[in-house]
Formats: sequence, C-alpha cells, structure tokens
Amino acid sequence: MAQSFPEDVLEHVFSFLNHDRDRNAVSLVCKSWYDIERLSRRRIFIGNCYAVSPEIVIRRFPDVRAVELKGKPHFADFNLVPEGWGGYVYPWVVSMAGAYPWLEEIKLKRMVVTDENLELISKSFKNFTVLVLLSCEGFTTDGLAYIAANCRNLRELDLGESEVEDLSGHWLSHFPDNCTSLVSLNISCLGSEVSFSALERLVARCPNLKTLRLNRAVPLEKLPNLLCRAPQLVELGTGAYSAEIQSDIFSNLSEAFLGCKQLKGLSGFWDVVPAYLPAMYSVCSQITSLNLSYATAQNPDLVQFVSQCGNLQRLWVLDYIEDVGLEALAAACKDLQELRVFPSDPYDAEGNVTLTEQGLVAVSEGCPKLQSVLYFCRQMSNAALVAIARNRPNMIRFRLCIIEPRAPDYLTLEPLDAGFGAIVENCKELLRLSMSGLLTDRVFEYIGTHAKKLEMLSIAFAGDSDLGLHHVLSGCESLRKLEIRDCPFGDKALLANATKLETMRSLWMSSCSVSFGACKLLGQKMPRLNVEVINERGPPDSGPEDCPVEKLYVYRTIAGPRVDMPGFVWTMDERVSSRFSRATEGHGD
Amino acid sequence: MEGVMSHGNDLNLKATELRLGLPGTDESTSKNNKRTANELVKNSELLNGKSDAKARDGETVPASKSQIVGWPPVRSFRKNIVQPKKTEAETGNFVKVSMDGAPYLRKIDLKIYKGYQELLKALENMFKLTIGEYSEREGYKGSEYAPAYEDKDGDLMLVGDVPWDMFMSTCKRLRIMKGSEATGLGSGV
Repeated sequence: MAQSFPEDVLEHVFSFLNHDRDRNAVSLVCKSWYDIERLSRRRIFIGNCYAVSPEIVIRRFPDVRAVELKGKPHFADFNLVPEGWGGYVYPWVVSMAGAYPWLEEIKLKRMVVTDENLELISKSFKNFTVLVLLSCEGFTTDGLAYIAANCRNLRELDLGESEVEDLSGHWLSHFPDNCTSLVSLNISCLGSEVSFSALERLVARCPNLKTLRLNRAVPLEKLPNLLCRAPQLVELGTGAYSAEIQSDIFSNLSEAFLGCKQLKGLSGFWDVVPAYLPAMYSVCSQITSLNLSYATAQNPDLVQFVSQCGNLQRLWVLDYIEDVGLEALAAACKDLQELRVFPSDPYDAEGNVTLTEQGLVAVSEGCPKLQSVLYFCRQMSNAALVAIARNRPNMIRFRLCIIEPRAPDYLTLEPLDAGFGAIVENCKELLRLSMSGLLTDRVFEYIGTHAKKLEMLSIAFAGDSDLGLHHVLSGCESLRKLEIRDCPFGDKALLANATKLETMRSLWMSSCSVSFGACKLLGQKMPRLNVEVINERGPPDSGPEDCPVEKLYVYRTIAGPRVDMPGFVWTMDERVSSRFSRATEGHGD
Repeated sequence: MEGVMSHGNDLNLKATELRLGLPGTDESTSKNNKRTANELVKNSELLNGKSDAKARDGETVPASKSQIVGWPPVRSFRKNIVQPKKTEAETGNFVKVSMDGAPYLRKIDLKIYKGYQELLKALENMFKLTIGEYSEREGYKGSEYAPAYEDKDGDLMLVGDVPWDMFMSTCKRLRIMKGSEATGLGSGV
C-alpha cells in the first residue's frame, strides 16, 4: 500500500493530523509511514522534560517548529519541591538553537529559564513568534529585553504566573518602533512599573493585539488610554482597579469600555474599588471569561457585578462571593462551564465568609454545563457531594479542597468516602480529581472501580493503608499522573504495581511511608523508570533500610537517569543501589 | 508480567497495619479521629523536615495560625491578596531620626503627632536641643539645629514647607542638622 501512494500524498494527508495521538498512531503503521510522519511533524509536546532528551527528540523529528515542555512536578506550585530541584530549559535551548533554526514557538511550564537562555532564544530563531512561560522562574527583566529587542515578528509574549526578578520596567522600551506584530501580551506577574508611554505606543502600533494583560502597577486612570488605542481587544487584564472616586475617571473608563465591542475576557482587578465596577457594565453581557480571583470586593458589589455577566462560561472568584452569590450565579449564568473559588484567607481556620457546600450545590443544580470545578471551603457533607454528582454527570474536572485536613462530613461526622464515591460513579467522563477531608481506604476502592477515564488524581491526608494505593494503581486504567502527600501508603502497593508506573507519566509521594529499601528495589527492577528520592535531611542510606524517604518522584523515561540532580536528589538505579549497598558494607566508593 | 512481588487479588495488607508516621513512633489512627491542624504540623514536620523551599514573595504566615507546608494548596501569589486585619489606619508610620554627631539613631511614629509643632517639640525633647521658629523665608535660621527630612524621591528637604499631611506621606526619614550646615536649605535659596 505504501507503494501505491507517493510520499508527498501521504505527507499531505498527514498534514491534517494535528493531534499527537493521531500522529503517534500513524507512525506505528509501517516504517515508511513512520518516516514520513516524523519528517513532517511540526509540533512537539513533552509532558516531562526528563522523560526524553533533546538529542533523541531532534534525531527523530528533524524539522520542528513548535515545542512545549513541562518541568517540575505539579506539587512544586505549593512549595513541596525544594529549590534547585531541576527543570532547566538550558540543554533544550542549546540543542534546538543548532537543530531547529526555523523554530517559531516555545511554551514552557514550571521550568527554570535564565536570562542567557532568553538571549539565546532571541538570537537563534529568525522566525520566532511565540514565547509562553507559565510558572517559570530564574530570569529577570533583562532577559525579557532581549526577547523584545531581537524577535522581529513576535506575536505572543505570555509570562503566565512566572517568578521574574523585576529589575526595572525599562525592558518594554526595547520593542523596536517597527514592531507591529503583537497579538498577545501578558505581563501580569511583573511587579515594577513599565514605562507607560512605551506601553501606550506599543499598543497603538499593534493592530492585531487581541490579549493584553497588564500588571498591578498600571494605574486605573491610565487604562482608558490603552483601551482607546486597542478597541479590538478580546481579553483584557487590568492593572490595579483602584483610584480616588472622581467622576471624570469613571466616565473616561465607561466610555473606553463602551468602545470594546470584541471584549470577551476580563482579569486583573487588584485592589478593586467597587465603585468602579459599574464602569464595565456595557461589556458585561459579552464577557465569557471573568477572573476576579484578586478582587477583594465583597457582596453586594461583587454579586451585583457577576450577575450582570449572563453569558459567563468561566468564573474565577474569591470566597467573598459566598453562598448567596453562588446562588445568584446559578440563576443568572446558565452557560457556566468552569468555576474556581479561591480562599481569601487560607490560613484562617474559622473563616469569616459564609461560603459552604451549599454554594457549590446550587451552582451544580443551576448550571447544566458545569464541568470543571476548583472549590476551597471549610465544610462539606456526603449529601452535598452526592447531590453534585447526580446533578452533574458531565463533570470532567473536580477539585475540592476542604481547608482543614481530614475534616469529616460536618453533619454526620463520617468520612467523605460515600460522597467522592458518588462523584466517580456518576461522572463517568471524569479526567481529573483532587480530594480532601476525612477519607478511608474505601474511597480508593470506589475510585479504582469506577474512575476508568481518570487521568490525574491528587490525594492528601487520606487513606488507612497500602490497600488504598493498590486500588488506585490497579483500577484506574487511564491514570497518567498521581500525586500523594501525607498518606499512610508504603512499599507493598508500590512494588506490587511497579509495571503500572511505566504506563503513567509520573508519581509523586511525599510524607508517606515508602522505605528507602523499596525505592532501591523499584529502581533496580524497573530500568525504564527514574526513581528519584528527595531527602533534604541527608542521604537516604544514613538510616536503616526501612526508614521512609521524605519525597519520592517516579517517572518513565527513555533518557536514563538525570545528570543535573542537586545534592538532595538520589536516583535509584542499578549502579546507585549497589553503591549504597557497598557503602553500608563499609567499602569506600 | 506481574509486579515485582506477585500477589493474588487479595492483597491482605491489613495484617501489616501500616500507620502514618515514622517507624517506632506510636500513633493511634482511629478512623473518625479528626486531627487538629497543629497535630498535623507536628507529623508533617517530622516527616518533611523543617527545611523546605524558601518562602516565595516574602510571604509571611502569622505564627498563631497553623502551618502545614504547602497546605492549603494555594499558589504563593494568592496568599497575601487580602491585607492582614490591621488596616493602614492602625499601623504606625515609623521613621528613623538621625542627629549629626549622635552615636545612634532613634525612631518615631509620625502618626502620633497632629502637626509640626508637636513633632518639633518631641524632637527637642528626644535630643535635648532647641530648634526654634520656622519661617518660610529663613527656614530655621538662628537656631542651633534645623530639622530636615528625606522624601520619597531621595531629596533632602526642610521640615515645615509642605502641609502636614503631605509631609506625613512623603517623609521617609528625618535628619537633625547642625544649624551651620543647614544654610542653603531655606526656601529663600
């Protein structure tokens, strides 16, 4: 069959395949399809930068135009991964600079990027158009200056929620006067002031600018200047949304928003002064995505504003919305698909807002398209979870954080097993689940039995024994990422399901009961896994073999053990394991 | 290929009675025992070790609130959105006060004074000196000492030229200069 179709015909057919899964399937058909596919693949997604090496990627795919890489494990977001752990983009940039001169896009998540890396990117790729750095760190505004100055056709610069050392706002002035290509600019994570006049001129000369997310330092009074120059904006992130109450500021703002006929998404709103919220009323009915998670406005101002946005599909908000606000949301926003409610005061055990399970139940009742939930609250009941599950069998992402660890059903004082069990039983398409509250091994039995499409599971302060972990590893057929903290899971379940780990991207276990001996054994027996022990207090072999390791990160890889590990990370492989054995037997290394 | 250790369907792990905590510690784990967060801090610290990723963005969690590392799972930049309960109205506005020739500096809270008169009197008391009368034309000419301050642009300014409220919000530190050095700071120049 390969002979009856010329290669370029096949290549043309393959060009309609954009999804990795389709291209991977095609490449398995026969050798010639494999070759045609690999030569024509333009976009690469690497979910774990240590699963493969740059050399292997380049050898197989010689003409890539867009690369997406992820580095640190998800729990790095919550400071569970020590500083210096890894995730350096450096080797990738260096290799790609040589191999992919036509590279256009780099998207990174949770990686360490330096100013030198940014300089190299800006000088190595003549057609570079898209740079997205989500939750990255290690660079300063000097690095951004290189990107601004050297990337002639830059379309997208998105700094996400990165930690940038903010030396000055001057970098923005490095965009040359003839740069008119920007479509998306997100600088919301930056602390210091950028030159407003430079920003104004930049916005004015980029007619295709669709997304503009400002940082907190851009004052509200100046926002109309930008909006008037970019009435075509689709997504706007304001700066600080506060000013002294003056009618001319208000009217300028209202008028500016009136001109934004394409606006669909709003974010920003630091330091919000509620009196200025009505300035946006003219665009509220267009808004489909609203991020108020920095807005400390309270009810009634808050609910009044949200209720104006009848076409909302996505809402991120602080718990100031309270149950009453969520009930109003449920009544007004029938298209709502995603809701995230963040805690205004995460460390206050009592909480001073009336946000309970009732709010979430109300939204699950009133919003038929609700499929993605992240909810922080202080009480939950099995009854509420069962109601949510029955209301929304179309749920695909459900992340619940009850602030107090191991909090039981507040009505019955029972574990929340039945509630989460109902979620996995009813929501058959569930892809992602995060659990909290008091949970026994039983909930894991439910998960293993029902959560057949589940790809990512986050567990904290839950379970009684290894049986819990065993249920998950043996039952969840689609599981790709499992992250666990402070659970009594140990060696038995891990070793019994070792081969399962090769079918997953990664497993994280911290403050559990996995012993050093078991880690060594796992590393020895499974050469295609990197079994990494993170022990900040000292080498894992300084105690007995059955001593639990602090943190464990296991991931499949074809690149072998890492070569860039800091002193507190040990790879358990054959050589290392035997080195540890020799050491304990008293031999030198 | 089975797992490293082959088992039947029944994993019979209950016999091992694994518990949360380091081997050797004696923990009771009855199922309906709601642990307080403080107990969990103890456990977590035991297992995590005290050292952990350095706090980002200089976040501070008041010591009175329970602290489990990374819990609740909120990104650092979301942690301090709400100002702590002390409002700006309640905190002091402390500035350093140096006097030429003095071995160490002092600190005063500008908020407790209602105006320049009270401030200057307090400075005179604190440093046992006389400052004298302010005049727009001559500054504190004729006094042994002249009070100056550093504003938020870093410039050295004479105390008394601007309205008190503006002074309060722009003053970063105070400096009591010897009268002889203070010539040239008066408005007349």
